[in-house]
Amino acid sequence: MSAVEIGGAGTWWVIVALGGLTYLTRFVFLGLVGDRPLPDWLLRHLRYTGVAVLPGLVAPLILWPEATGGAPDAARLVAAAVTLTVGAWRRDVILAVVAGAATLGLAGLL
Amino acid sequence: MTETRPFLRGVAEGLPFILIMVPFGLLFGVLASEAGLPVTQVIAFSVIVIAGAAQFTAVQLMVDQVPAIIVVLSALAVNLRMVMYSASIVPHLGAAPMWQRGLIAYLLVDQTYALAAAAYERERTWSVADRVRYFAGTAAPVFPAWVGGTWAGAALGARVPASWPLDFALPLCFLALVGPLLKSRAHVAAAFVSVVMVLALWWVPWGLGLIFAALAAMAVGAEVERRT
Repeated sequence: MSAVEIGGAGTWWVIVALGGLTYLTRFVFLGLVGDRPLPDWLLRHLRYTGVAVLPGLVAPLILWPEATGGAPDAARLVAAAVTLTVGAWRRDVILAVVAGAATLGLAGLL
Repeated sequence: MTETRPFLRGVAEGLPFILIMVPFGLLFGVLASEAGLPVTQVIAFSVIVIAGAAQFTAVQLMVDQVPAIIVVLSALAVNLRMVMYSASIVPHLGAAPMWQRGLIAYLLVDQTYALAAAAYERERTWSVADRVRYFAGTAAPVFPAWVGGTWAGAALGARVPASWPLDFALPLCFLALVGPLLKSRAHVAAAFVSVVMVLALWWVPWGLGLIFAALAAMAVGAEVERRT
């Protein structure tokens, strides 16, 4: 198997295949299950989807950022802690982002 | 928030995400054009795939000379969480007409999912049509901001200063979604298990560590809920 020709037909193939398959991941339950009732045990698990996926998605990015070559970075760690704390405390996503971004910006100036 | 019409509520609550989607899209546009992709392909990525983390993975692997089939499968693994979003949103939107569910599936990204899941928990009296309107409202600013950010990044390319910590837009944005979700001991337990398991499973290939960690975290959340 050979590498993808960047900018050429191979790249178009990757974009269309990845787009189609990603759409299927989003459509599979919503489109095919419809309004048939799901069992209680399954619903109980699904209530935790957000808190089960998002923390795991960001944990490595925060602890081992690629921009620093994977070394933990104090400014990013503090900004992450501020974002999470403000979000949990004020229940406001945007306030959390602004607080985190401001923290990172200030830390960059210091 | 005094707005009671679901579509406008969705727009109002999705609008601030422009602050996040634009830098995130900008970063993808810059990296993809630096990798050698023409502007049309960079924008096509964001319009056809609409999944930032998977797009970053795909471009990185193409630069690393990985065969196309592995590029697609690895990036897809990063997106397997969408299967869980799709299942989780069924009790709220499953009764909508097929064409609406088809469009919602296209726009079901982390931000619209998190906003909708939280709103549907709060607004128990909304009809299915109201819930669809709210969802459409959240996507109205989020999707154009993502595509617009990508376009700007591809057009600007390397002229964006390297000292801007744009890489942190992604973690900050997702982390900000987590805080408000920590509503009970069960939610906190699930989030904790998710982080611990992902770090313990960092060696698992193709992003599958995240899938295993998420399944374990959902099981723990459900079990804590059952016992309380």
